[in-house]
Amino acid sequence: MASFDLAVAPYSCCFHVSSPKPRSHSVLMSHPPKPSLGMRAQGLGISETFTDLRSQGRVAFIPYITAGDPDLSTTAKALKLLDCCGADIIELGLPYNDPVLDGPVIQASNKRALASKTNMEAVISMLKEVVPQISCPIVMFSYYNLILARRSEWFLSALEDAGVKGLIVPDLPFEESADLRREAAKKNVDVVLLATPTTTKRKMKAISDASEGFIYLVSSAGVTGERDTVNRQVQFLLKEIKEKTAKPVAVGFGISKPEHVKQVSNTIDLHLSSLVSEINTSKILLQLSLWGADGVIVGSAIVKLLGEANSTEEGLKHVESFVASLTAALPHGDHGLGEEHVSSFILPQRRKLWQGLPSASSSSLHLHH
Amino acid sequence: MAATATYVLRNPNLGLTKPSPSAFFGVRVPLSLERPRWVSSAPRPALAAAVSCRMTSEATAVEAAENRTPGVGLRPDPFGRFGRFGGKYVPETLMYALSELEAAFWAVSKDEDFQKELDGILKDYVGRESPLYFAERLTDHYRRPNGEGPHIYLKREDLNHTGAHKINNAVAQALLAKKLGKKRIIAETGAGQHGVATATVCARFGLECIVYMGAQDMERQALNVFRMRLLGAEVRAVHSGTATLKDATSEAIRDWVTNVETTHYILGSVAGPHPYPMMVREFHAVIGKETRKQALEKWGGKPDVLVACVGGGSNAMGLFHEFVDDTDVRLVGVEAAGFGLDSGKHAATLTKGEVGVLHGAMSYLLQDDDGQIIEPHSISAGLDYPGVGPEHSYLKDLGRAEYNSVTDQEALEAFKRVSRLEGIIPALETSHALAHLEVLCPTLPDATKVVVCCSGRGDKDVQTAIKHLQL
Repeated sequence: MASFDLAVAPYSCCFHVSSPKPRSHSVLMSHPPKPSLGMRAQGLGISETFTDLRSQGRVAFIPYITAGDPDLSTTAKALKLLDCCGADIIELGLPYNDPVLDGPVIQASNKRALASKTNMEAVISMLKEVVPQISCPIVMFSYYNLILARRSEWFLSALEDAGVKGLIVPDLPFEESADLRREAAKKNVDVVLLATPTTTKRKMKAISDASEGFIYLVSSAGVTGERDTVNRQVQFLLKEIKEKTAKPVAVGFGISKPEHVKQVSNTIDLHLSSLVSEINTSKILLQLSLWGADGVIVGSAIVKLLGEANSTEEGLKHVESFVASLTAALPHGDHGLGEEHVSSFILPQRRKLWQGLPSASSSSLHLHH
Repeated sequence: MAATATYVLRNPNLGLTKPSPSAFFGVRVPLSLERPRWVSSAPRPALAAAVSCRMTSEATAVEAAENRTPGVGLRPDPFGRFGRFGGKYVPETLMYALSELEAAFWAVSKDEDFQKELDGILKDYVGRESPLYFAERLTDHYRRPNGEGPHIYLKREDLNHTGAHKINNAVAQALLAKKLGKKRIIAETGAGQHGVATATVCARFGLECIVYMGAQDMERQALNVFRMRLLGAEVRAVHSGTATLKDATSEAIRDWVTNVETTHYILGSVAGPHPYPMMVREFHAVIGKETRKQALEKWGGKPDVLVACVGGGSNAMGLFHEFVDDTDVRLVGVEAAGFGLDSGKHAATLTKGEVGVLHGAMSYLLQDDDGQIIEPHSISAGLDYPGVGPEHSYLKDLGRAEYNSVTDQEALEAFKRVSRLEGIIPALETSHALAHLEVLCPTLPDATKVVVCCSGRGDKDVQTAIKHLQL
């Protein structure tokens, strides 16, 4: 049974970085500091989080990690890290040995998590300790058979007890979801439904009406983790959904290209590949924000960083750096999103890449602007 | 079946002769299929008045509308459920494709030209109808000292083109795919027979073919891997999980989720999301239909007992479906007990499984307490599947069909026995059904007519047999 490292002071933020990391990245854009834990009530729900963010003109950043990869104590640390360093909502996957909607990165992460004997009880145990210490609402991602095996009533009660605010069941389509949604409503757990590019218009309306918390828009036909650019259809799908409902829409699948995030011991290569990935992903995040997405979900890249690192500390460090640059790409504050934002952020990144790499003597990862 | 049977006779008016529209949502979903015309229908015996012994809680509006006997389960209902089993538990991305597929299926079932084309291919290309063969020496083997014993007949699906029953479904689905305008076909395969059947029909119809096969299965069925490649298919090894049929199916589903607009997934068994269990059963139902006709010709009656091996359950459903409403016909399915039911290394889903969701359907499956899918084991790749078709789960729960299991060792003995007694080398999958005769026949009255579905031939299994048999 994993023991969770709670030696880290619960409210400290970004505990790895050796030198201060500048968060504001341009003269034109200065964003308000991320609300401290004091400002946000513990146990904030998903809808409230989105409402909060909307009023600040911000787009939600929603990372996904698999619980128990490589072990639950790493997950506990990662949840706290993500909470203080950029996440607005966190998606937590329950490992399953037949994940049909996941690509190779998350399949591998499921396998690692199962190897460390991660199951629902262990995850709930961990969450009961960690959730009171973080401010982001957590949404669990679980395949349906794991819910059935425990009986949905028990499962949902466990989620409620642990303070988990939402549930995503990728292989439970809208047509089969009525019972689960009804039971979940009694336990104050939001069942988030998926909409995809192949969903018919009529069903899009039904899904939009029934989904709670937010609507999860899958960016393209396929499994997690695989694309170079964002499907142009997303723009129209976002518009279509927003015509039908005021509920927030978060876009996921293929937002990050994990192949660019390579795990090598050489710091220089890591800088380069990390930069490339950050630029690509940042572009995609910007594009989605411009199209009106209320949230973006990033999974495979983060999972890969965490699961394939040589050590927990290294993995967390890389995740922190990656997430910091991604969230910097999302709109903040009152400033509308426009070309200045794009160029002021992207160009310095590109310039850095063309000019060459930062000096090899720097021991911590940070981005100059 | 005794008067206390839990199975209910269907209303005879809902036989296979006319479609009945569903009142649901204004969508016309015919509940039955026009009888394909390649099988001349023998006059159906008059069914006794329907007796309701068990009320299910699923009395749907449709049943009320039809004024049918209450408690009769639809197989399946308009939502693709067989009682509580079946359904469509797939990612949202696939839902539209499944509806499209179902609509196409109903359309072709009424399309005379389609039926005629399929009819012709089954006759001239597949080689139907397959014989119902009286196994004289096997019958002798089971004759008791007093001269009494059952009569064993083998339904020779092994004589079909490609050597197994799988081709019936592959051919029909390939034609359906063409109708849908899909040019790319994917399939999963365990023993390789469904993969070979799919590669065969793709070659015949000029379609791109990709077959997913577990890396472990590829090793034990190397002959079939070669055949698939020779036929022009791309065989992709699946290394994830246990590298067997379950993982190949998951990978095929992932491919379909990604390429759903251009690709048709030819699922090889009566498992998976609706409409596959129904569709695959209908395409294999020709096995049972021919058997009824042949039985009438040979002995002027019906079979008394039907025996078939069950992995996903396609050959069994193909044989059983025609006779499900004939309650005087016993339906016996035989699963793989691997190293033994208590060894933890088996694939006896209906005996040892719990109800859950796998590959899109609610059905019995082998899982642990957390709901993780258990790695099954069988010497035969085609039975090495932790799930089973939802209709079998339903028939089991109703008590309409009985499910037993047979170990690897017993299957190997039957493999050898039937080769020696009849000069027919059965597939290891089929050997499981044949092995069960050892237990079944001593209990059967004299002259009981037993039909065993000889689902495939065993050439593909010689390498495995060489490892295990001392000859």
